[in-house]
Order: sequence, then structure tokens, then C-alpha cells
Amino acid sequence: MSHPLDPKQTLIDTFGDAVEGSEEFRGELTVIVKAEKIIEVAQHLRDAEGLKYNLLSDITAVDYYPAEPRFGLCYHLYSMAFNRRLRIKVLWSDGDAPVPSMTKLWPSANWEEREAYDMMGIVFSGHPDMRRIFMPDDWQGYPQRKDYPLGYETVQFSFNYDEIAKHKPFAKK
Amino acid sequence: MTADPQTHHAVWEGNIEELKGLVSEKAFTGESMILNMGPQHPSTHGVLRVILELEGEEVLSCIPDVGFLHTGIEKNMEYKTYEKSIVMTDRMDYLNPMGNGLVYCLAMEKLFELDVPMRAQIARVVLAELTRINSHLVWMGIGGLDLGVTSTMTYAFREREVLLDIFEMVSGQRMMSTYFRPGGLWRDLPDEFEGAVQNVLDTFPAKIDDYDKIITQNPVFVDRTQGIGFISAEDAVAYGLTGAALRGSGVNWDIRKAMPYSSYEQFEFDVPLGQHGDVYDRFIVRIAEMRQSLRIIEQGMKRLQKEKGPFRSDNRKYVPPPRAELGRSMEAVIHHFKLWTEGFRPPKGEVYVSIEGPRGELGCFLASDGSPNPMRVHFRTPSFVNLSALEKLAKNHMIADLVGIIGSIDIVLGDCDR
Repeated sequence: MSHPLDPKQTLIDTFGDAVEGSEEFRGELTVIVKAEKIIEVAQHLRDAEGLKYNLLSDITAVDYYPAEPRFGLCYHLYSMAFNRRLRIKVLWSDGDAPVPSMTKLWPSANWEEREAYDMMGIVFSGHPDMRRIFMPDDWQGYPQRKDYPLGYETVQFSFNYDEIAKHKPFAKK
Repeated sequence: MTADPQTHHAVWEGNIEELKGLVSEKAFTGESMILNMGPQHPSTHGVLRVILELEGEEVLSCIPDVGFLHTGIEKNMEYKTYEKSIVMTDRMDYLNPMGNGLVYCLAMEKLFELDVPMRAQIARVVLAELTRINSHLVWMGIGGLDLGVTSTMTYAFREREVLLDIFEMVSGQRMMSTYFRPGGLWRDLPDEFEGAVQNVLDTFPAKIDDYDKIITQNPVFVDRTQGIGFISAEDAVAYGLTGAALRGSGVNWDIRKAMPYSSYEQFEFDVPLGQHGDVYDRFIVRIAEMRQSLRIIEQGMKRLQKEKGPFRSDNRKYVPPPRAELGRSMEAVIHHFKLWTEGFRPPKGEVYVSIEGPRGELGCFLASDGSPNPMRVHFRTPSFVNLSALEKLAKNHMIADLVGIIGSIDIVLGDCDR
């Protein structure tokens, strides 16, 4: 069994400019990488001796609105061999080139990326099935974005019954 | 979907072209059949809809369709203060409310660097394991019902009632307990708790043995589960399976052992493993897990008797003062007012914490921008990731086996859709 390597230093040595920065908070390491290099980086992290991040736990996105780049796409990797976690982050804004899909490396990325697309509107290239996953197919907008307001429904009482019924022609059918 | 005016049967108005790339070419020439299963099908464990491509009774491809229970919990939590959104975590995975609350509290505590007193940590372990048994009982009852062991359902729900009574005793609620709070527990464990858990420890081992026999000595069940829904260890990891679905394939990975949280490192227990990675092994692993949970609870109860310290942290920047202090201390009144109106302002940062839920890795990603409301809360829910492997598991099986496979990955749609 090989020795664990420092993931941040290894990535800087191997990919150089593709690593845009790193953060450490509460003992969790985050490495920020360029979107176009994400597949090579992930493959290296998965396969290289001393890294072996073999489980893609989670993919999620954060909306840093109004900062630019606006979205932080986080990949939570876990190494069963060395029992440690790593967060890879890709910064992305509307209009950027689509982020390459991780599905070829980890099939589990399929639904996770669909969720990131559905909720945040992050677009992936090379994804086999890029549809919405939770919201209806004809839904407008991306609910988890900061500029998307929280919806609500007025409660229907006897005094406003007719007013609300007018907005719901399908309810009577 | 509309109803046919003559027959009142639902008619699909969609275009088959929409399924291009998801089903094989045979579906377009009419050689195979597209069949919709769910979302109201009783054996899909909630509101799961599966679009099946069938050749005879064989499943050529299967496309799960989720989102019917999507309630926007993650979005709603961004509009509440940290502490006020704990109630919503209970409503995600309604069979594992304590576990959801635990992972959210652990994420908050990591973000705030808040210590939890030992008594609260042990109480959390005991209650999380009781919840695991509760969840496995429901899974066993319903999973057995799907596969021809109808009696397990009534037994499992009878036993579950005992556990729900304990949850009601500690929190006032049978299912949506909201008992774990940042820094500890909502209140101390009541005096009757010890006797009630002792009753569980006395009666459950024999009952679990009974259910083991009912299931594993039932020839119909064994025939319908052995060799069905196979997944290899490598594939299980690649598809992100966790929990009993992963350990059924023989991968020894349990977060309670690998990355212990809430003092699990001080407990002795084994991690049951399967060998074949089929539906039967996943069943056996869960039954064995219930026995291990009882072992943990027994150790926890012994330690709770000695551990009589505080049940909640006294860091007043995050934890409101007890009610009794409000009459005596002006500072307590200020803290109380501040924590229940504005909330607290944690440091900026992002944390990811995961625990071993009954269904697998239950993770919570919490991003804070320094304001009293979380900037982003995301739950990595095991049902969601495990269900995405259904396509792989169900391929080339009979449609009747599909029901067993869905049962064996143990999904809760509230957990999946959030």
C-alpha cells in the first residue's frame, strides 16, 4: 500500500495552472480548478497511487450572487483507501462553456448533475440525459438561485374564495 | 396525462421521441413495449414512477422518474435562521428523523466550533440507533410484503410502535421529533426513558431472530431474492451506493467506523457484510445491522447511567439560556431575545459532514456567508444516489423482480426528492 500524498500539492505539480486556488476551513480542504480541466483532475484523483479518491459522494452547487463568478460547483470526493475527503470546486457563471460531465468516470454523477442543472441552471456537456429531475419538464427558471423568489400560496378562506378560485381554472375540472 | 372520456383510463399524450436515447431502438419499431409503473403503484414505496421498456416480462431498460415529493426544503431553509430549519430536516426522510436532525446539527456544530457535552453525544447515539431499527423495521415489513412474506408487515409495525412511543416520550412527537439541537438536546432525557429502552433491549433480540426465520426460511422469499439484482463491489462504488446496499456487495465501509462522529469511536460493534451483492444479501445485512444497533444501545444505556452531566452546551452565543434563568439574569434575557429574533451569526465558510444513516451516507453541506440564514444547505441523501443505480440493477430482470430490487435498495421518496 502506497503512502497518502498531499492532494493539493500533487494537483499543482501535475496540472499547474489548472489549479486556481485552495482553501482550508475546519480541516476540510477545497481545491478550486478550472472547469475545462475537471475531468483530467478527477481522473487523476481517482486513479493515481496515493490519492485513490474512489467515491464521488456528492455534487452540489452554491450561488454566490451577486459575486462573480457566480456559482461554485462542489464535488465531494472520498478516498476509501486513505479515509479522507476532498472538495473540488469549479467556479462558473451564466454564459460560460458547459462544465464537462463526470458521468464517464462515476455513473453516480448522472442524477447529481441533473439536480445541479435543475436547481441552479448549471449546464453540463457530454451528459447522457440532461433533463430536469425534480421540477416539471416545462418549468421556467432555476428554483435554487438567489434571484428566484420563494413562492407561496394564499390560503383560501370564505372571504377570498372567489378571488382565488379565479386563478385556478384547473382546480374545478 | 388526461383521461379517456369513454374508459376513464389515463392516456399518455407524450411523444415517444422524448424517450429517444433512453430506451433501445426496439421501442420505436414496436418490438418492445413501454409501460408506466407508478407513481401510485403500491410496491414502489412512495411516489416513485418508473418507465419500463419490456420485452415480454423482461425489463430491457428502466427510467426512474422522481420529484413527485419535491418540497423545496433546501430552498426554504435559506429563508429561515439556522435553528428554525431543524424542523424541516425531520420531514425529508420521515423514517429517519433523528438521523436527519443529527447530520444537520453536526454540520452546524462543525461550522460554529461548538462542543457537545458527553451525555448529549451518547443520547444522540442511542436515539440514532433506535431510529435505525425503526427504519429497518418498516423496510423489512414493506419489503417482505412485496416479496410474498405478508406477515412481516404487521409484526414490523407492531414493534415500531414501541419505538415511536419512546420518541414521543423524549420529544413529544412520534415521528417529527426535532429533538437534536445545535450544542446538544432540546431537553434532558426523561426518567422513564431508561425503562422503556430496557424493554426494547429485553424483547427485541428474540423478535429479530423470529423475523430472520420468517424471512430466510421462507422458500418463496429465498427463491425470489437470491441471485437477483446483483451488483459487484466495483460497480457499487462507482454508482455511489452506500449503506447496506454497498455492504451487501462486500465492501467494508461504514462511516460510523471510518469517520466516527458523536462518540461512535467509543462503542463496540461489528459491520455486517454480504458476499454476493444480491437482494438476499442486502436483506441479511440489514437484519444483522439491527442486532448490532441493539448492542450499541445497550452500551449507550450503561454509559448514560454514569454520565449525568449537562445535556446541552452553555455557549450563549449559539445556545439560548434555560427558561429559569430569564427571571434572574438580564444577560440571559438579552441572549434569549437575540437568539430567537435575529438568530446567530456564524463565521463564513463551507462544511460537509456525513453520517451513516439507515439507508447509507447521509451528508449535509452547509455554506455560510456570515448572516443569520444559511447561504446554502444541501443534503446528500442516500435514497437519491442509491435509486440512480436502479437502471443498472434492474436490467434484464423480470418485472416481478424489479419490485424486490426497489425494496432492497430501501428508498424513501421524501429523502430522495427533499
